[in-house]
Amino acid sequence: MNELVFFINNVVISGAVSGSIYAIGAIGVTLVFSIMRFAHFAHADMMTFGALMVFMFTALFPGAGAALGIPTPLLMLPIAMVITAFLAIGIDKTFYKPLREHGVKPIVIVIASLGVTLMLQGLIRLFAGTSSRSMYIEERKEIFRIDMPFDLATRPIVITEPQITLIIFTILAVIGLHLFLNRTRMGKAMRAMSDNPDLARVSGINTNKVVVVTWILAGSLAAMAGTFLSMDVSLTPDMSFFLLLPIFAAAIVGGVGHPYGAIAGGFLVGYAETLSVFNWSILLRRVHHWFPEWMEIPRDLALVGSEYKIVVPFFILVAVLVWRPTGIFKGKVI
Amino acid sequence: MSLLNATQVEGGYGGMNILKGVDMAIDKEDIGVIVGPNGAGKSTMLKAIFGLVEVNGGDILLRDKSIKNSAPNKLVELGMGFIPQEKNIFPSMTVEENLEMGAYIKPHTTKTMLERIYSFFPPLLEKRKQPAGELSGGQRQMVAMGRALMTEPTLLLLDEPTAGLSPLYMQEIFDRIVEINKAGVGILMVEQNAKQALEIATKGFVLASGQNLYTDTGQNLLNDPEVAKSFLGG
Repeated sequence: MNELVFFINNVVISGAVSGSIYAIGAIGVTLVFSIMRFAHFAHADMMTFGALMVFMFTALFPGAGAALGIPTPLLMLPIAMVITAFLAIGIDKTFYKPLREHGVKPIVIVIASLGVTLMLQGLIRLFAGTSSRSMYIEERKEIFRIDMPFDLATRPIVITEPQITLIIFTILAVIGLHLFLNRTRMGKAMRAMSDNPDLARVSGINTNKVVVVTWILAGSLAAMAGTFLSMDVSLTPDMSFFLLLPIFAAAIVGGVGHPYGAIAGGFLVGYAETLSVFNWSILLRRVHHWFPEWMEIPRDLALVGSEYKIVVPFFILVAVLVWRPTGIFKGKVI
Repeated sequence: MSLLNATQVEGGYGGMNILKGVDMAIDKEDIGVIVGPNGAGKSTMLKAIFGLVEVNGGDILLRDKSIKNSAPNKLVELGMGFIPQEKNIFPSMTVEENLEMGAYIKPHTTKTMLERIYSFFPPLLEKRKQPAGELSGGQRQMVAMGRALMTEPTLLLLDEPTAGLSPLYMQEIFDRIVEINKAGVGILMVEQNAKQALEIATKGFVLASGQNLYTDTGQNLLNDPEVAKSFLGG
């Protein structure tokens, strides 16, 4: 039974954690694409920026959370979400909007967003340096050990507090997004603009307002994903490089411009990553007697070494696009 | 006072004038039909009125107030509706959501207007939860017209409402346009099916190379041998 616990800890939980982070990030990328029709490369840096804001406020008021009985970073998250939303709107107003109004091709804005990536990364490094830091400054990360109700299982399932919060927040964000897009006037206007921007304009929808709301959603969700990732592991100022590819893979695999696709894509990429670095020999050792005797089970039997984890999203991306060019959920082909 | 009065309109894309001084006047009891050969600037004129094409000369008045180069959402607020020729629905949204988007600027009237649109286009009622992209061509056109009517416009601009429809649906759409007009909505439309459209027109405008060639009642244009020979296929 310990093998099962090992599997749950290393695949089920850790896949859900990275899947959630990728999904929330990919929702932002896909929303921006569906409204403004360009791939926003600076998205992962908005995630880092959000996490950095949380870190800053946590460092300023390290004891604030203890008074309320919640981790301080979690208390600071809403503030960081607001600031990151403003950053997103500001970036759009200064860099992307003038280009859009000139009627440039989307690729020009994509390149502009690459420029914004480099700029944001420079700024983040200037203020935060390059070393990684823990988001828990005066507190301890709560770790839950859940014992299994079987005699054979001696090891507990291990899950940390930020992981539980992340999974709950992801579920809430997905439900919230679903209700927003399907029940509210602004959400429907967003879908309308993604469906047919010209007709949305002709219908009297204020497209500038839709753009601002899109950035608010993308920015605040990015701050959330970045913060939870930093709480789960640690805040590394250059983490955006490692996030960008899986997030874009998730958005594209799910079907670009399709929010539910982004969620599915996020979990697909997250689980594929964890499964590919999972050490299968522990499970196989258990059933060793099924194999011929001359066959040895190596000590380390993962599909790829964890240092090559980043190739997995690439592989999924290529595989899915060959099989289904518009993604799992039919995305926009522009 | 005319509902819409466009005088000597010049305009086009990127500084190139496709319209070279077009006059057009429509009252609320009128059905105006713009006909003419390909490239005459028919759709361009409609788009120029609705602020989708830059106007460089002349003036466009709506109830004696200039609306030249106004943003489309402002014009919707002033009581204009526009139905583009293609891509005139939100395909992934349901029929009802399409109609709701039409009433975006007047959310409090959505409910009563939905009922009116459904009684005007009964086929839409049973399909209201279906994505509009799954409907047939004629029903899509009903969705497009319903969407534009949701704001209760006083002037409706239609760009080739019968393009690609079977003759049966074409007649149905023309009948509906006459009904809408009788309810007090001025109509201005571009049509390829010139003969049938001029039958219902109170005003016909024949454009060629971005200029007015003939302006008369629909019947007179139909009976004019010159117009018939050059623009109505004999």
